[in-house]
Amino acid sequence: MNPANDCPSIKKPLVSQRVGALAPSGIRKFFDLLASMDDVISLGVGEPDYATPWRIRESAIYSLEKGRTMYTSNLGMPELRMELAKHLERTYGLKYDTDTEILITVGVSEALDLVMRAVIDPNDEVVMQTPCYVAYPAAVLLSGGRPVQIATSEKNNFELAPADIEAAVTPRTKAILSGYPSNPTGAVMPREKLASIAGIADKHDLLVISDEIYARLVYGMEHTCFASLPGMQERTILLGGFSKAYAMTGWRIGYAAGPREVIAAMTKIHQYTVMCAPTMAQVAALEALKGGEESVREMVADYNRRRLMFVKGLRDIGFSCFEPKGAFYAFPNIGITGMTSEEFAEKLLQEEKVAVVPGTAFGECGEGYVRCCYATAMPELEEALARIKRFVEKRRR
Amino acid sequence: MLNREILKILEKDARLSPAQIAAMTGATEEQVEQDIKQAEADRTIVKYKTLINWDKAGNEHVWAFIEVKITPQRGVGFDAIAERIYRFAEAKTVYLMAGAYDLAVIVEGRSMREVAEFVTSKLAPIEGVTATATHFVLKKYKEDGEIFESAEENKRQAVIL
Repeated sequence: MNPANDCPSIKKPLVSQRVGALAPSGIRKFFDLLASMDDVISLGVGEPDYATPWRIRESAIYSLEKGRTMYTSNLGMPELRMELAKHLERTYGLKYDTDTEILITVGVSEALDLVMRAVIDPNDEVVMQTPCYVAYPAAVLLSGGRPVQIATSEKNNFELAPADIEAAVTPRTKAILSGYPSNPTGAVMPREKLASIAGIADKHDLLVISDEIYARLVYGMEHTCFASLPGMQERTILLGGFSKAYAMTGWRIGYAAGPREVIAAMTKIHQYTVMCAPTMAQVAALEALKGGEESVREMVADYNRRRLMFVKGLRDIGFSCFEPKGAFYAFPNIGITGMTSEEFAEKLLQEEKVAVVPGTAFGECGEGYVRCCYATAMPELEEALARIKRFVEKRRR
Repeated sequence: MLNREILKILEKDARLSPAQIAAMTGATEEQVEQDIKQAEADRTIVKYKTLINWDKAGNEHVWAFIEVKITPQRGVGFDAIAERIYRFAEAKTVYLMAGAYDLAVIVEGRSMREVAEFVTSKLAPIEGVTATATHFVLKKYKEDGEIFESAEENKRQAVIL
Protein backbone atom coordinates (compact mmCIF):
# COMPACT_ATOMS: atom_id res chain seq x y z
CA MET A 1 0.00 0.00 0.00
CA ASN A 2 1.24 3.47 -0.82
CA PRO A 3 0.89 5.58 2.30
CA ALA A 4 1.13 8.77 0.22
CA ASN A 5 -1.91 10.17 -1.53
CA ASP A 6 -2.96 11.51 -4.88
CA CYS A 7 -3.93 14.99 -3.78
CA PRO A 8 -1.07 17.46 -4.39
CA SER A 9 -2.18 19.78 -1.59
CA ILE A 10 -1.69 17.07 1.02
CA LYS A 11 2.02 16.58 1.62
CA LYS A 12 2.05 14.26 4.60
CA PRO A 13 1.24 10.59 4.17
CA LEU A 14 -2.35 9.89 5.14
CA VAL A 15 -1.73 6.43 6.47
CA SER A 16 0.48 5.49 9.39
CA GLN A 17 3.71 3.64 8.74
CA ARG A 18 2.55 0.76 10.85
CA VAL A 19 -0.55 0.12 8.79
CA GLY A 20 1.15 1.10 5.55
CA ALA A 21 3.76 -1.57 6.16
CA LEU A 22 1.17 -4.31 6.63
CA ALA A 23 1.40 -6.63 3.66
CA PRO A 24 -1.72 -6.36 1.55
CA SER A 25 -3.59 -9.54 0.79
CA GLY A 26 -1.71 -11.18 -2.07
CA ILE A 27 -4.82 -12.53 -3.69
CA ARG A 28 -6.73 -9.34 -4.38
CA LYS A 29 -6.79 -10.11 -8.09
CA PHE A 30 -8.46 -13.41 -7.35
CA PHE A 31 -11.16 -11.77 -5.23
CA ASP A 32 -11.88 -9.25 -7.95
CA LEU A 33 -12.26 -12.00 -10.51
CA LEU A 34 -14.57 -13.89 -8.20
CA ALA A 35 -16.74 -10.85 -7.59
CA SER A 36 -17.36 -10.56 -11.32
CA MET A 37 -18.68 -14.09 -11.75
CA ASP A 38 -22.06 -15.76 -11.28
CA ASP A 39 -23.05 -19.34 -10.48
CA VAL A 40 -19.83 -20.13 -8.71
CA ILE A 41 -19.68 -23.08 -6.32
CA SER A 42 -17.72 -21.54 -3.52
CA LEU A 43 -15.51 -23.65 -1.32
CA GLY A 44 -13.80 -20.42 -0.37
CA VAL A 45 -15.92 -19.61 2.62
CA GLY A 46 -14.97 -19.83 6.27
CA GLU A 47 -18.35 -20.32 7.86
CA PRO A 48 -21.13 -22.87 8.25
CA ASP A 49 -23.82 -23.12 5.59
CA TYR A 50 -26.44 -23.43 8.32
CA ALA A 51 -28.38 -20.46 9.58
CA THR A 52 -28.22 -20.04 13.37
CA PRO A 53 -30.49 -22.61 15.05
CA TRP A 54 -33.95 -21.12 15.51
CA ARG A 55 -34.12 -21.32 19.30
CA ILE A 56 -31.03 -19.11 19.44
CA ARG A 57 -32.41 -16.64 16.92
CA GLU A 58 -35.77 -16.64 18.67
CA SER A 59 -34.26 -15.75 22.04
CA ALA A 60 -32.57 -12.72 20.49
CA ILE A 61 -35.76 -11.66 18.73
CA TYR A 62 -37.67 -11.93 22.00
CA SER A 63 -35.06 -9.85 23.80
CA LEU A 64 -35.47 -7.13 21.16
CA GLU A 65 -39.24 -7.22 21.58
CA LYS A 66 -38.71 -6.80 25.30
CA GLY A 67 -36.53 -3.78 24.65
CA ARG A 68 -33.19 -5.19 25.73
CA THR A 69 -31.31 -2.75 23.56
CA MET A 70 -28.97 -1.08 26.04
CA TYR A 71 -25.26 -1.57 26.75
CA THR A 72 -24.30 -4.39 29.03
CA SER A 73 -21.43 -4.42 31.50
CA ASN A 74 -18.07 -3.96 29.73
CA LEU A 75 -17.18 -7.54 30.53
CA GLY A 76 -20.46 -8.82 29.09
CA MET A 77 -23.75 -9.87 30.70
CA PRO A 78 -23.15 -11.56 34.08
CA GLU A 79 -25.55 -14.42 33.15
CA LEU A 80 -23.55 -15.10 30.00
CA ARG A 81 -20.20 -15.07 31.80
CA MET A 82 -21.65 -17.37 34.43
CA GLU A 83 -23.03 -19.82 31.87
CA LEU A 84 -19.74 -19.72 29.98
CA ALA A 85 -17.79 -20.44 33.15
CA LYS A 86 -20.06 -23.44 33.77
CA HIS A 87 -19.52 -24.60 30.20
CA LEU A 88 -15.73 -24.38 30.53
CA GLU A 89 -15.79 -26.23 33.82
CA ARG A 90 -18.09 -28.94 32.48
CA THR A 91 -16.12 -29.38 29.27
CA TYR A 92 -12.52 -28.99 30.40
CA GLY A 93 -12.63 -28.93 34.19
CA LEU A 94 -11.42 -25.31 34.15
CA LYS A 95 -12.55 -22.87 36.82
CA TYR A 96 -12.69 -19.18 35.89
CA ASP A 97 -13.84 -16.34 38.07
CA THR A 98 -16.76 -14.79 36.22
CA ASP A 99 -16.03 -11.25 37.43
CA THR A 100 -12.34 -11.05 36.66
CA GLU A 101 -11.24 -13.80 34.31
CA ILE A 102 -13.77 -13.80 31.48
CA LEU A 103 -14.39 -11.11 28.87
CA ILE A 104 -17.11 -11.28 26.22
CA THR A 105 -15.83 -9.86 22.92
CA VAL A 106 -16.93 -9.03 19.40
CA GLY A 107 -15.92 -12.42 18.03
CA VAL A 108 -12.54 -14.04 18.53
CA SER A 109 -11.26 -11.40 16.10
CA GLU A 110 -11.61 -8.68 18.72
CA ALA A 111 -10.28 -10.93 21.46
CA LEU A 112 -7.16 -11.64 19.38
CA ASP A 113 -6.56 -7.95 18.76
CA LEU A 114 -7.13 -7.12 22.44
CA VAL A 115 -4.81 -9.76 23.78
CA MET A 116 -2.00 -8.72 21.46
CA ARG A 117 -2.37 -5.08 22.37
CA ALA A 118 -2.60 -5.99 26.03
CA VAL A 119 0.56 -8.08 26.26
CA ILE A 120 2.98 -6.92 23.54
CA ASP A 121 5.68 -4.31 24.04
CA PRO A 122 7.55 -2.94 21.01
CA ASN A 123 9.48 -5.72 19.25
CA ASP A 124 8.22 -8.47 21.49
CA GLU A 125 8.10 -11.69 19.57
CA VAL A 126 5.13 -14.01 19.22
CA VAL A 127 5.83 -17.50 17.96
CA MET A 128 3.09 -18.98 15.81
CA GLN A 129 2.37 -21.68 13.26
CA THR A 130 2.06 -21.08 9.54
CA PRO A 131 0.05 -21.58 7.38
CA CYS A 132 -2.35 -19.91 9.74
CA TYR A 133 -5.39 -17.71 9.97
CA VAL A 134 -4.60 -14.41 8.23
CA ALA A 135 -5.15 -12.22 11.27
CA TYR A 136 -2.44 -13.84 13.43
CA PRO A 137 0.63 -12.08 12.04
CA ALA A 138 -1.38 -8.91 11.39
CA ALA A 139 -2.60 -8.67 14.99
CA VAL A 140 0.98 -8.95 16.25
CA LEU A 141 2.32 -6.38 13.78
CA LEU A 142 -0.46 -3.91 14.55
CA SER A 143 0.50 -4.16 18.21
CA GLY A 144 4.12 -3.35 17.42
CA GLY A 145 5.33 -6.89 17.94
CA ARG A 146 7.10 -9.31 15.66
CA PRO A 147 5.46 -12.47 14.43
CA VAL A 148 7.88 -15.40 14.34
CA GLN A 149 6.35 -17.95 12.07
CA ILE A 150 7.09 -21.64 12.26
CA ALA A 151 6.35 -23.60 9.13
CA THR A 152 4.23 -26.68 9.58
CA SER A 153 3.98 -29.28 6.85
CA GLU A 154 1.78 -31.98 5.42
CA LYS A 155 4.48 -34.48 6.41
CA ASN A 156 4.05 -33.51 10.08
CA ASN A 157 0.26 -33.31 9.86
CA PHE A 158 0.53 -29.52 10.00
CA GLU A 159 1.30 -29.80 13.71
CA LEU A 160 3.53 -27.33 15.50
CA ALA A 161 6.74 -29.18 16.33
CA PRO A 162 7.86 -28.46 19.91
CA ALA A 163 11.51 -28.59 18.79
CA ASP A 164 10.85 -25.85 16.23
CA ILE A 165 9.28 -23.66 18.89
CA GLU A 166 12.20 -24.26 21.23
CA ALA A 167 14.57 -23.22 18.45
CA ALA A 168 12.57 -20.06 17.73
CA VAL A 169 12.43 -18.81 21.32
CA THR A 170 14.65 -15.80 22.05
CA PRO A 171 14.89 -13.48 25.06
CA ARG A 172 12.33 -11.29 23.26
CA THR A 173 9.72 -14.00 22.97
CA LYS A 174 6.58 -13.02 24.84
CA ALA A 175 4.06 -15.56 23.78
CA ILE A 176 3.22 -18.61 21.74
CA LEU A 177 0.11 -18.21 19.60
CA SER A 178 -1.49 -21.53 18.82
CA GLY A 179 -4.52 -22.00 16.61
CA TYR A 180 -5.87 -25.53 16.63
CA PRO A 181 -8.07 -26.97 15.19
CA SER A 182 -6.48 -25.02 12.39
CA ASN A 183 -7.82 -22.73 9.74
CA PRO A 184 -6.72 -23.38 6.94
CA THR A 185 -5.37 -26.93 7.37
CA GLY A 186 -7.99 -28.61 9.58
CA ALA A 187 -5.15 -30.01 11.71
CA VAL A 188 -5.72 -30.83 15.36
CA MET A 189 -2.83 -31.06 17.82
CA PRO A 190 -2.59 -34.29 19.79
CA ARG A 191 -2.55 -33.85 23.54
CA GLU A 192 1.06 -35.06 24.01
CA LYS A 193 2.38 -32.46 21.59
CA LEU A 194 0.47 -29.72 23.36
CA ALA A 195 1.94 -30.97 26.63
CA SER A 196 5.46 -30.57 25.18
CA ILE A 197 4.61 -27.03 24.15
CA ALA A 198 3.33 -26.42 27.68
CA GLY A 199 6.74 -27.52 28.92
CA ILE A 200 8.44 -24.96 26.68
CA ALA A 201 6.07 -22.21 27.82
CA ASP A 202 6.86 -23.07 31.39
CA LYS A 203 10.61 -23.29 30.88
CA HIS A 204 10.87 -19.92 29.11
CA ASP A 205 8.10 -18.23 31.07
CA LEU A 206 5.94 -17.55 28.03
CA LEU A 207 2.29 -16.70 27.66
CA VAL A 208 0.23 -18.99 25.48
CA ILE A 209 -2.55 -17.48 23.42
CA SER A 210 -4.75 -20.31 22.29
CA ASP A 211 -7.34 -19.63 19.61
CA GLU A 212 -9.85 -22.45 20.00
CA ILE A 213 -12.70 -21.14 17.91
CA TYR A 214 -13.04 -24.54 16.18
CA ALA A 215 -12.90 -26.51 19.46
CA ARG A 216 -16.30 -28.10 18.96
CA LEU A 217 -15.58 -29.17 15.42
CA VAL A 218 -13.33 -32.19 15.85
CA TYR A 219 -13.96 -35.61 14.39
CA GLY A 220 -13.11 -38.94 15.93
CA MET A 221 -10.94 -37.43 18.64
CA GLU A 222 -11.12 -35.17 21.67
CA HIS A 223 -10.17 -31.53 21.57
CA THR A 224 -7.61 -30.62 24.22
CA CYS A 225 -8.04 -27.16 25.66
CA PHE A 226 -4.54 -25.76 26.16
CA ALA A 227 -5.48 -24.11 29.45
CA SER A 228 -6.53 -27.49 30.84
CA LEU A 229 -2.97 -28.85 30.69
CA PRO A 230 -1.30 -29.00 34.12
CA GLY A 231 -0.03 -25.58 35.21
CA MET A 232 -1.15 -23.86 32.02
CA GLN A 233 -4.31 -22.04 33.06
CA GLU A 234 -2.33 -19.25 34.72
CA ARG A 235 -0.29 -18.52 31.58
CA THR A 236 -2.90 -19.21 28.90
CA ILE A 237 -5.34 -16.81 27.33
CA LEU A 238 -8.09 -18.97 25.90
CA LEU A 239 -9.91 -17.42 22.95
CA GLY A 240 -13.19 -18.97 21.98
CA GLY A 241 -16.43 -18.10 20.32
CA PHE A 242 -19.81 -19.06 19.05
CA SER A 243 -19.45 -18.45 15.31
CA LYS A 244 -18.41 -21.87 14.11
CA ALA A 245 -20.01 -24.31 16.56
CA TYR A 246 -23.40 -22.63 16.68
CA ALA A 247 -23.39 -21.21 13.15
CA MET A 248 -23.37 -17.65 14.50
CA THR A 249 -20.73 -15.92 12.37
CA GLY A 250 -22.75 -12.80 11.68
CA TRP A 251 -23.54 -12.18 15.34
CA ARG A 252 -19.90 -11.38 16.10
CA ILE A 253 -19.64 -12.85 19.55
CA GLY A 254 -16.71 -14.52 21.27
CA TYR A 255 -14.75 -14.45 24.49
CA ALA A 256 -11.41 -14.52 26.21
CA ALA A 257 -10.69 -16.34 29.45
CA GLY A 258 -7.41 -16.07 31.25
CA PRO A 259 -5.32 -14.60 34.07
CA ARG A 260 -7.02 -11.62 35.69
CA GLU A 261 -4.18 -9.17 34.92
CA VAL A 262 -4.43 -9.86 31.19
CA ILE A 263 -8.24 -9.86 31.16
CA ALA A 264 -8.21 -6.53 33.05
CA ALA A 265 -5.80 -5.05 30.50
CA MET A 266 -7.88 -6.36 27.61
CA THR A 267 -11.01 -4.98 29.23
CA LYS A 268 -9.44 -1.53 29.37
CA ILE A 269 -8.93 -1.50 25.61
CA HIS A 270 -12.32 -3.13 25.01
CA GLN A 271 -13.95 -0.42 27.12
CA TYR A 272 -12.28 2.37 25.13
CA THR A 273 -12.96 0.83 21.73
CA VAL A 274 -16.24 -1.10 21.69
CA MET A 275 -17.78 -0.68 25.18
CA CYS A 276 -19.37 -4.10 25.10
CA ALA A 277 -20.29 -6.83 22.66
CA PRO A 278 -23.72 -6.28 21.06
CA THR A 279 -26.43 -7.01 23.61
CA MET A 280 -28.67 -9.11 21.35
CA ALA A 281 -25.69 -11.22 20.33
CA GLN A 282 -24.92 -11.82 24.00
CA VAL A 283 -28.51 -12.91 24.61
CA ALA A 284 -28.23 -15.30 21.67
CA ALA A 285 -24.92 -16.66 22.95
CA LEU A 286 -26.49 -17.33 26.34
CA GLU A 287 -29.24 -19.35 24.68
CA ALA A 288 -26.63 -21.18 22.58
CA LEU A 289 -24.85 -22.33 25.73
CA LYS A 290 -28.07 -23.30 27.48
CA GLY A 291 -29.94 -25.01 24.68
CA GLY A 292 -27.76 -25.30 21.59
CA GLU A 293 -26.08 -28.61 22.33
CA GLU A 294 -28.35 -30.81 20.24
CA SER A 295 -27.93 -28.54 17.23
CA VAL A 296 -24.15 -28.64 17.61
CA ARG A 297 -24.19 -32.43 17.71
CA GLU A 298 -26.30 -32.61 14.56
CA MET A 299 -24.17 -30.12 12.65
CA VAL A 300 -20.93 -31.80 13.68
CA ALA A 301 -22.28 -35.19 12.57
CA ASP A 302 -23.16 -33.66 9.24
CA TYR A 303 -19.80 -31.92 8.78
CA ASN A 304 -18.14 -35.25 9.48
CA ARG A 305 -20.09 -36.96 6.67
CA ARG A 306 -19.12 -34.21 4.27
CA ARG A 307 -15.52 -34.32 5.48
CA LEU A 308 -15.18 -38.05 4.84
CA MET A 309 -16.84 -37.79 1.45
CA PHE A 310 -14.90 -34.71 0.33
CA VAL A 311 -11.44 -35.86 1.41
CA LYS A 312 -12.03 -39.24 -0.22
CA GLY A 313 -13.19 -37.43 -3.36
CA LEU A 314 -10.01 -35.33 -3.45
CA ARG A 315 -7.84 -38.41 -2.97
CA ASP A 316 -9.74 -40.29 -5.68
CA ILE A 317 -8.90 -37.46 -8.06
CA GLY A 318 -5.26 -38.10 -7.23
CA PHE A 319 -4.42 -35.35 -4.78
CA SER A 320 -2.37 -36.08 -1.75
CA CYS A 321 -4.62 -34.82 1.01
CA PHE A 322 -3.80 -34.75 4.68
CA GLU A 323 -6.73 -35.98 6.79
CA PRO A 324 -8.18 -32.96 8.56
CA LYS A 325 -9.48 -33.92 11.99
CA GLY A 326 -11.00 -30.56 12.83
CA ALA A 327 -12.67 -27.36 11.62
CA PHE A 328 -14.36 -27.66 8.20
CA TYR A 329 -11.48 -27.34 5.80
CA ALA A 330 -9.55 -29.71 3.58
CA PHE A 331 -6.09 -28.58 2.49
CA PRO A 332 -5.13 -30.72 -0.51
CA ASN A 333 -1.65 -30.74 -2.02
CA ILE A 334 -2.06 -29.70 -5.65
CA GLY A 335 1.41 -30.93 -6.68
CA ILE A 336 0.01 -33.28 -9.33
CA THR A 337 -1.03 -30.29 -11.41
CA GLY A 338 2.38 -28.61 -11.37
CA MET A 339 0.62 -25.29 -10.76
CA THR A 340 1.14 -22.68 -8.08
CA SER A 341 -1.68 -22.22 -5.58
CA GLU A 342 -2.76 -18.93 -7.09
CA GLU A 343 -2.61 -20.22 -10.62
CA PHE A 344 -4.67 -23.23 -9.62
CA ALA A 345 -7.31 -21.18 -7.82
CA GLU A 346 -7.57 -18.63 -10.61
CA LYS A 347 -7.78 -21.15 -13.47
CA LEU A 348 -10.18 -23.39 -11.56
CA LEU A 349 -12.45 -20.42 -11.05
CA GLN A 350 -12.24 -19.32 -14.67
CA GLU A 351 -12.61 -22.72 -16.24
CA GLU A 352 -14.88 -24.58 -13.86
CA LYS A 353 -16.41 -21.89 -11.65
CA VAL A 354 -15.27 -23.44 -8.41
CA ALA A 355 -13.76 -21.10 -5.83
CA VAL A 356 -11.05 -22.32 -3.48
CA VAL A 357 -8.53 -20.21 -1.56
CA PRO A 358 -4.84 -20.37 -2.53
CA GLY A 359 -2.78 -21.76 0.35
CA THR A 360 -0.45 -18.79 0.05
CA ALA A 361 -3.16 -16.55 1.52
CA PHE A 362 -2.27 -18.20 4.83
CA GLY A 363 1.50 -17.88 4.58
CA GLU A 364 4.26 -18.66 2.11
CA CYS A 365 4.47 -22.27 3.15
CA GLY A 366 0.89 -22.71 1.99
CA GLU A 367 2.31 -22.73 -1.54
CA GLY A 368 1.31 -25.91 -3.31
CA TYR A 369 -1.96 -26.20 -1.39
CA VAL A 370 -5.47 -24.79 -1.57
CA ARG A 371 -8.05 -24.44 1.16
CA CYS A 372 -11.46 -25.96 0.47
CA CYS A 373 -14.31 -25.47 2.90
CA TYR A 374 -16.63 -28.46 2.99
CA ALA A 375 -19.36 -26.69 4.98
CA THR A 376 -21.43 -26.75 1.83
CA ALA A 377 -24.44 -28.85 0.80
CA MET A 378 -23.59 -32.39 -0.28
CA PRO A 379 -24.81 -32.10 -3.90
CA GLU A 380 -22.69 -28.97 -4.36
CA LEU A 381 -19.66 -30.72 -2.91
CA GLU A 382 -20.17 -33.60 -5.33
CA GLU A 383 -20.52 -31.21 -8.24
CA ALA A 384 -17.41 -29.30 -7.13
CA LEU A 385 -15.44 -32.55 -6.99
CA ALA A 386 -16.61 -33.48 -10.49
CA ARG A 387 -15.49 -30.10 -11.80
CA ILE A 388 -12.13 -30.24 -10.02
CA LYS A 389 -11.59 -33.71 -11.45
CA ARG A 390 -12.27 -32.50 -14.99
CA PHE A 391 -9.91 -29.59 -14.39
CA VAL A 392 -7.12 -31.82 -13.12
CA GLU A 393 -7.48 -34.48 -15.84
CA LYS A 394 -6.67 -31.82 -18.42
CA ARG A 395 -3.32 -31.01 -16.91
CA ARG A 396 -2.18 -33.97 -14.90
CA ARG A 397 1.57 -34.44 -14.97
CA MET B 1 -22.76 -47.97 15.39
CA LEU B 2 -22.14 -47.77 11.66
CA ASN B 3 -25.60 -49.11 11.05
CA ARG B 4 -27.20 -46.22 12.95
CA GLU B 5 -25.13 -43.71 11.03
CA ILE B 6 -26.37 -45.21 7.75
CA LEU B 7 -29.95 -45.02 9.00
CA LYS B 8 -29.55 -41.37 9.99
CA ILE B 9 -28.17 -40.54 6.56
CA LEU B 10 -30.94 -42.43 4.75
CA GLU B 11 -33.62 -40.86 6.90
CA LYS B 12 -32.53 -37.47 5.60
CA ASP B 13 -32.12 -38.52 1.97
CA ALA B 14 -33.30 -41.95 0.87
CA ARG B 15 -32.00 -41.47 -2.65
CA LEU B 16 -28.32 -41.61 -1.73
CA SER B 17 -26.55 -44.57 -3.27
CA PRO B 18 -24.52 -47.09 -1.25
CA ALA B 19 -21.40 -45.60 -2.88
CA GLN B 20 -22.32 -42.12 -1.66
CA ILE B 21 -23.11 -43.36 1.82
CA ALA B 22 -19.85 -45.30 1.87
CA ALA B 23 -17.97 -42.08 1.09
CA MET B 24 -19.80 -40.25 3.86
CA THR B 25 -19.09 -42.86 6.51
CA GLY B 26 -15.70 -44.21 5.53
CA ALA B 27 -17.17 -47.70 5.14
CA THR B 28 -16.91 -49.83 2.01
CA GLU B 29 -19.73 -49.90 -0.48
CA GLU B 30 -20.26 -53.62 0.14
CA GLN B 31 -20.54 -53.06 3.88
CA VAL B 32 -23.15 -50.34 3.36
CA GLU B 33 -25.13 -52.49 0.93
CA GLN B 34 -25.07 -55.37 3.34
CA ASP B 35 -26.20 -53.23 6.27
CA ILE B 36 -29.03 -51.73 4.26
CA LYS B 37 -30.17 -55.14 3.05
CA GLN B 38 -30.23 -56.42 6.59
CA ALA B 39 -32.12 -53.36 7.84
CA GLU B 40 -34.65 -53.83 5.05
CA ALA B 41 -35.00 -57.51 5.81
CA ASP B 42 -35.72 -57.01 9.51
CA ARG B 43 -37.95 -54.00 8.75
CA THR B 44 -35.75 -51.53 10.60
CA ILE B 45 -36.03 -49.72 7.29
CA VAL B 46 -39.75 -49.97 6.69
CA LYS B 47 -40.11 -48.08 3.45
CA TYR B 48 -38.57 -45.35 1.26
CA LYS B 49 -40.95 -42.54 0.47
CA THR B 50 -41.13 -38.97 -0.75
CA LEU B 51 -42.40 -35.97 1.15
CA ILE B 52 -44.67 -34.11 -1.26
CA ASN B 53 -46.39 -30.77 -0.94
CA TRP B 54 -49.65 -31.86 -2.57
CA ASP B 55 -51.10 -28.37 -2.43
CA LYS B 56 -48.42 -27.35 -4.89
CA ALA B 57 -49.13 -30.29 -7.14
CA GLY B 58 -52.70 -29.04 -7.48
CA ASN B 59 -54.23 -32.19 -6.03
CA GLU B 60 -57.15 -31.88 -3.67
CA HIS B 61 -56.32 -33.86 -0.58
CA VAL B 62 -58.05 -33.71 2.74
CA TRP B 63 -56.48 -34.78 5.97
CA ALA B 64 -58.28 -35.29 9.23
CA PHE B 65 -56.88 -35.87 12.67
CA ILE B 66 -59.23 -38.07 14.65
CA GLU B 67 -59.23 -38.59 18.38
CA VAL B 68 -60.64 -41.99 19.19
CA LYS B 69 -61.71 -43.21 22.62
CA ILE B 70 -61.95 -46.95 23.04
CA THR B 71 -62.70 -49.53 25.71
CA PRO B 72 -59.71 -51.80 26.12
CA GLN B 73 -60.48 -55.49 25.89
CA ARG B 74 -59.39 -58.22 28.24
CA GLY B 75 -56.21 -59.95 27.12
CA VAL B 76 -55.44 -57.78 24.10
CA GLY B 77 -55.76 -54.28 25.60
CA PHE B 78 -55.93 -51.60 22.93
CA ASP B 79 -54.09 -53.55 20.27
CA ALA B 80 -56.99 -55.50 18.82
CA ILE B 81 -59.14 -52.42 18.25
CA ALA B 82 -56.16 -50.50 16.97
CA GLU B 83 -55.62 -53.22 14.42
CA ARG B 84 -59.25 -53.09 13.30
CA ILE B 85 -58.56 -49.41 12.56
CA TYR B 86 -55.08 -49.47 11.11
CA ARG B 87 -55.97 -52.20 8.62
CA PHE B 88 -58.09 -49.65 6.73
CA ALA B 89 -55.96 -48.03 4.00
CA GLU B 90 -57.67 -44.71 4.73
CA ALA B 91 -56.03 -44.59 8.16
CA LYS B 92 -52.58 -43.33 7.21
CA THR B 93 -51.23 -43.03 10.72
CA VAL B 94 -52.36 -44.64 13.97
CA TYR B 95 -50.82 -43.93 17.38
CA LEU B 96 -51.70 -45.12 20.86
CA MET B 97 -51.81 -42.03 23.07
CA ALA B 98 -51.51 -41.17 26.72
CA GLY B 99 -54.01 -38.56 27.88
CA ALA B 100 -57.56 -37.51 27.11
CA TYR B 101 -58.14 -40.04 24.32
CA ASP B 102 -56.65 -43.37 23.33
CA LEU B 103 -55.88 -43.48 19.62
CA ALA B 104 -54.81 -40.73 17.25
CA VAL B 105 -55.73 -41.55 13.68
CA ILE B 106 -54.77 -39.50 10.65
CA VAL B 107 -57.07 -40.13 7.74
CA GLU B 108 -56.48 -39.02 4.19
CA GLY B 109 -59.25 -38.67 1.62
CA ARG B 110 -60.13 -36.83 -1.55
CA SER B 111 -62.91 -34.79 0.08
CA MET B 112 -64.33 -33.97 3.46
CA ARG B 113 -67.31 -36.11 2.60
CA GLU B 114 -65.11 -39.08 1.88
CA VAL B 115 -63.37 -38.67 5.23
CA ALA B 116 -66.66 -38.17 7.06
CA GLU B 117 -68.07 -41.24 5.41
CA PHE B 118 -65.12 -43.29 6.57
CA VAL B 119 -65.43 -42.06 10.13
CA THR B 120 -69.17 -42.55 10.44
CA SER B 121 -69.55 -45.81 8.56
CA LYS B 122 -66.27 -47.58 9.29
CA LEU B 123 -64.42 -46.17 12.26
CA ALA B 124 -67.09 -45.12 14.74
CA PRO B 125 -69.15 -48.32 14.53
CA ILE B 126 -66.21 -50.57 15.45
CA GLU B 127 -67.04 -52.44 18.61
CA GLY B 128 -65.16 -50.93 21.54
CA VAL B 129 -64.93 -47.45 19.99
CA THR B 130 -66.82 -45.22 22.40
CA ALA B 131 -66.27 -41.77 20.90
CA THR B 132 -64.55 -39.97 18.03
CA ALA B 133 -63.70 -36.32 17.46
CA THR B 134 -62.68 -35.34 13.94
CA HIS B 135 -60.45 -32.34 13.23
CA PHE B 136 -59.83 -31.33 9.64
CA VAL B 137 -56.40 -30.07 8.61
CA LEU B 138 -56.57 -26.59 7.08
CA LYS B 139 -52.94 -26.14 6.13
CA LYS B 140 -49.72 -28.08 6.44
CA TYR B 141 -46.82 -25.88 7.49
CA LYS B 142 -44.27 -28.50 8.36
CA GLU B 143 -44.03 -32.25 8.16
CA ASP B 144 -41.31 -34.68 9.18
CA GLY B 145 -39.04 -31.79 10.13
CA GLU B 146 -39.41 -30.04 6.77
CA ILE B 147 -40.99 -26.61 6.40
CA PHE B 148 -43.12 -26.57 3.24
CA GLU B 149 -42.54 -22.97 2.31
CA SER B 150 -39.26 -21.87 3.74
CA ALA B 151 -38.35 -18.24 3.40
CA GLU B 152 -34.77 -18.56 4.62
CA GLU B 153 -32.19 -16.51 2.81
CA ASN B 154 -28.82 -18.08 3.02
CA LYS B 155 -26.39 -15.70 1.41
CA ARG B 156 -22.73 -16.20 2.13
CA GLN B 157 -19.81 -14.18 0.90
CA ALA B 158 -17.95 -16.13 -1.77
CA VAL B 159 -14.62 -15.94 -0.01
CA ILE B 160 -13.96 -15.53 3.68
CA LEU B 161 -10.48 -16.12 5.04
